[in-house]
Amino acid sequence: MNILSTDICIIGAGPVGLFAVFEAGLLKMRCHVVDALAQTGGQLSEIYPKKPIYDIPGFPEVLAGDLVKNLEKQIEPFKPTFTLGERVERFTRLDDGSFIVYTVAGTEISCKIIVIAAGLGSFEPRKPAIEHLALYEGKGVNYMILDPEHYRDKRVVIAGGGDSALDWTIFLANVAKEVTLVHRGTTFRGVPESAEKVQHLAEAGKIKLLLKSNVVGVSGEDKLEAVTISFNNEEDVVQETDYFIPLFGLTPKLGPLEDWDLELQDGAIVVNTFDYSTSIEGVYAIGDINTYPGKLKLILCGFHEAALMAQSAYKYLNPDKKFTLKYTTVNGVPTL
Amino acid sequence: MNDIKIYVQEPSGDKTPVDAPTDMGLSLMEVLKASGYPIAATCGGMALCATCHIEVLSDHELPPPSDDEGYMLDSLPAVTDNSRLSCQVRLTPELDELVVKLGAGD
Repeated sequence: MNILSTDICIIGAGPVGLFAVFEAGLLKMRCHVVDALAQTGGQLSEIYPKKPIYDIPGFPEVLAGDLVKNLEKQIEPFKPTFTLGERVERFTRLDDGSFIVYTVAGTEISCKIIVIAAGLGSFEPRKPAIEHLALYEGKGVNYMILDPEHYRDKRVVIAGGGDSALDWTIFLANVAKEVTLVHRGTTFRGVPESAEKVQHLAEAGKIKLLLKSNVVGVSGEDKLEAVTISFNNEEDVVQETDYFIPLFGLTPKLGPLEDWDLELQDGAIVVNTFDYSTSIEGVYAIGDINTYPGKLKLILCGFHEAALMAQSAYKYLNPDKKFTLKYTTVNGVPTL
Repeated sequence: MNDIKIYVQEPSGDKTPVDAPTDMGLSLMEVLKASGYPIAATCGGMALCATCHIEVLSDHELPPPSDDEGYMLDSLPAVTDNSRLSCQVRLTPELDELVVKLGAGD
């Protein structure tokens, strides 16, 4: 088990979560950032890294991926620590008022303040609607490929038509005993080189390519043994396999956050606009995850919320100190 | 009057009318969202997240999907030939009486 200790645990490494490290750092509060994705940047990195953003003050145009890089550079002096690729499952409050935050992988973060900057939730794989699919999760059904070696000399059925389905089909063609790619369309609109490679592999008999097809059933005793593939919604074929890997991309889900006893409204956390505090003392929510009258889901609004949150968090941690706002133009950026 | 009527087929089969202006450059996603339908529209309307996936039930002829929209649709688990991303459907007078169904919860 991995136990970490910090002043503030920020849940969500999107732009607002990252900027919260800066605002907290100005006030000498240390931050640990947790995110379900393997990289920082949230939806900016996951969904639109190459898209320009035009409404960041001072940047007439900035690519989403570049904004994330700049934010990382901006918070470097405050030496934030990260747990990436682990979703936060829950937190508990100790008698002294501090918190322990638990991730799905068993990491524990001991902190005095929790800042939820979780955007629209954590990114989870899209799951096809196939009866009994959940029964085989981890028993032959995987939604992402963590270690390709796992599939060496096994039979694998991949479903999907996007780049990840193509890329993994190509990669596993040389690893697995047998690879079948099932795609509902007749063409692939992803990276043309990948689509071409898959066609070539199919023509060379290295993989089985099933177009106009869908996986509609899964079966097996204690683990997955076969999938049912429907061709053109007409003909069902049962194919034996060791693994079924649906690769339909990621989509944000509110997930465990719903059970954290926070006041919610339409899937967003209700906050006090005075300092973006939630219904639990010591827990703040900033960025797209919160709601209040007049809420706008803009990155720049999240940045503002981060600044006010940090002032409030500082006072919460240091009730006896008379606080004065420090301007970076006067004092520069302090380090931790 | 530049308003048209869109019908949303509910899971019960009932069709709920939604008034939609055609002179504001709105997408179907924006109108559905503003009408309280549970559409996340994570990417804000760039055909990049597919959370606004709908199915067109009437036989209106819509402009075909762009490559970006087609790519997103291709990568979804539960789509039909009538699936669209509602953020890419511009509201025009031709779409009066359009009937749609919200897509699977993705």
